[in-house]
Amino acid sequence: MTSSTEQQPGAPARPLRILIAKPGLDGHDRGAKVIARALRDAGMEVIYTGLRQTPEMIAEAALQEDVDAVGLSILSGAHNVLLPRIVEALRERGMGDVPIFAGGIIPDEDAPALREAGVAGIFGPGSPIADIIAFIRAHTPARD
Amino acid sequence: MEHPLTRRELARLITRIENGERGAQDALNALYPHSGRARIIGVTGAPGSGKSTLVAEMTRVLREQANPPRVAIVAVDPSSPFSGGAILGDRIRMRDLYGDPGVFIRSMASRGALGGIAAATADVVTVLDAGGFEVILIETVGAGQLEVDVARIAQTVIVVEAPGAGDEVQAVKAGILEIADIIVVNKADREGVAQTVSALKMALDIAPAGAGHHGAQADNEPVQSDAYHWQAPILKVSALNREGIPDVLAALQHHAEMLAASGEGERRRRKRVEADIQARLRELLLQHALHALTNSDYQRVLAAADQRTLHPAEAARRLLQSLNL
Ligand code: B12
Ligand SMILES: Nc1nc2c(ncn2[C@@H]2O[C@H](COP(=O)(O)OP(=O)(O)OP(=O)(O)O)[C@@H](O)[C@H]2O)c(=O)[nH]1
Ligand SMILES: [Mg+2]
Repeated sequence: MTSSTEQQPGAPARPLRILIAKPGLDGHDRGAKVIARALRDAGMEVIYTGLRQTPEMIAEAALQEDVDAVGLSILSGAHNVLLPRIVEALRERGMGDVPIFAGGIIPDEDAPALREAGVAGIFGPGSPIADIIAFIRAHTPARD
Repeated sequence: MEHPLTRRELARLITRIENGERGAQDALNALYPHSGRARIIGVTGAPGSGKSTLVAEMTRVLREQANPPRVAIVAVDPSSPFSGGAILGDRIRMRDLYGDPGVFIRSMASRGALGGIAAATADVVTVLDAGGFEVILIETVGAGQLEVDVARIAQTVIVVEAPGAGDEVQAVKAGILEIADIIVVNKADREGVAQTVSALKMALDIAPAGAGHHGAQADNEPVQSDAYHWQAPILKVSALNREGIPDVLAALQHHAEMLAASGEGERRRRKRVEADIQARLRELLLQHALHALTNSDYQRVLAAADQRTLHPAEAARRLLQSLNL
């Protein structure tokens, strides 16, 4: 169903590179770590920045690491402020084409505005990992 | 370089090189003549010994100097042998370097390479070198005794140990100590530093100084230059508390001077180039052979070896013969 078998050992010369970051003053890092491990197990290279990242730090890490997508984990309630600023910081660096997705505690009513602002996918508690992986694969066309 | 790469271009080029994408080798060919100027330092040691924290602190102190060098960090973490994926977490400790345009940090997965770095790490370092970074710090995967490939790239290797490893320290692991030009006992804020230092001293006394250093293979050249007199210093550091970093930088400076004055730096450089060419030649020959062999010859020999009527060494020799090289 999902393409999670595509990138098994031997096959990929080119694993996807995904940044997983925790913006703002938010110490809840379990979800971010769960996602990081799941993506690793799906054959992706996950750059994990750790806690307390400003939008500029995240955009700069995304640039230096040349990631294929940026995943943000936020449970602090500051998503409406921080996520659009991260979209903006990426655009400023010429990375407007890099898909951004997020998870954590993000109320449904906030989702439309965030999507409008450029957050392509939102995955709250209980989101099947397979959906997240399928989302990433669908939004990261092979380069070259 | 005529047109210095932007950070974005640099980052994308590194990806292409890592993936061996089309055009990557052409770019490397063009950049190579502009490389060879950087001070390349390897930082290796057991998992969790504090390599990333040390690298970040060294970079911070270097960048606070008058006329600071531009610093690039290449941090390697292991790929999962099962999924091929990886979690690259070294940046977590490098948070304080954010916002400094003279610093560039790149995480790399080992992608199946077993020597503590990735196959493409050397080429990535070349790109950063050509890109004008004056100091390049390579952090290896958490290494034991066999992961010593960083010595093939770095001019100076720092081995990081941490106290409290108990008997593990005894094992301080011949392989990795042999490539140490500088030994850092990190986490000196903790107990057991003195024991770790004395265990290291003992281990160093047992190992003949410089034995097997930097990959000198069996050949008729001396193992190291006569004028090269270097006893790896053991330095106590607390990277977390920002203590002892200037001593590390001073030791790096001394080692650079010794490498230059003794001719050892030049000897190692030539060795590195030679080993690099040989490794690539080996790879090309293998590809060439697999391409040139007829499938039926290949399958026949393979089957014979599988049935144990033909030893693999003899199998390989026959395949070579049939190529008429
Ligand atoms: C455990 C917990 C803590 C632990 C955190 C430990 C840690 N190191 O993570 C501790 C006790 C430290 C803590 C502290 C606080 N917490 Co708390 N905490 C929780 C709790 C109970 C569970 C969070 C959790 O770990 N879930 C398990 C993980 C696996 O789930 P997850 O993070 O949601 O991740 C999943 C998805 O969201 C998604 N996902 C997450 N990130 C990402 C990223 C991407 C890219 C993708 C695709 C998907 C994805 O996938 C994951 C797997 O399904 C929640 C309540 C809840 N039910 O969520 C409150 C909660 C998050 N905490 C809350 C609060 C207020 C706090 C405190 C401010 C004080 C307090 N009242 O307790 C402090 C602040 C700490 C800080 N410095 O930020 C509130 C937040 C309110 C809000 N956002 O409006 C919550 C919602 C509780 C509540 N209902 O009030 N907390
Ligand atoms: N007490 C103390 N802890 C330290 C010191 N340096 C690093 N640490 C801690 O040791 C842990 C590991 O540090 P890292 O810098 O990530 O170690 P590493 O060698 O890079 O780890 P890997 O890359 O996973 O092999 C972290 O919790 C650091 O905060 C130090 O000088 N003293
Ligand atoms: Mg590290």
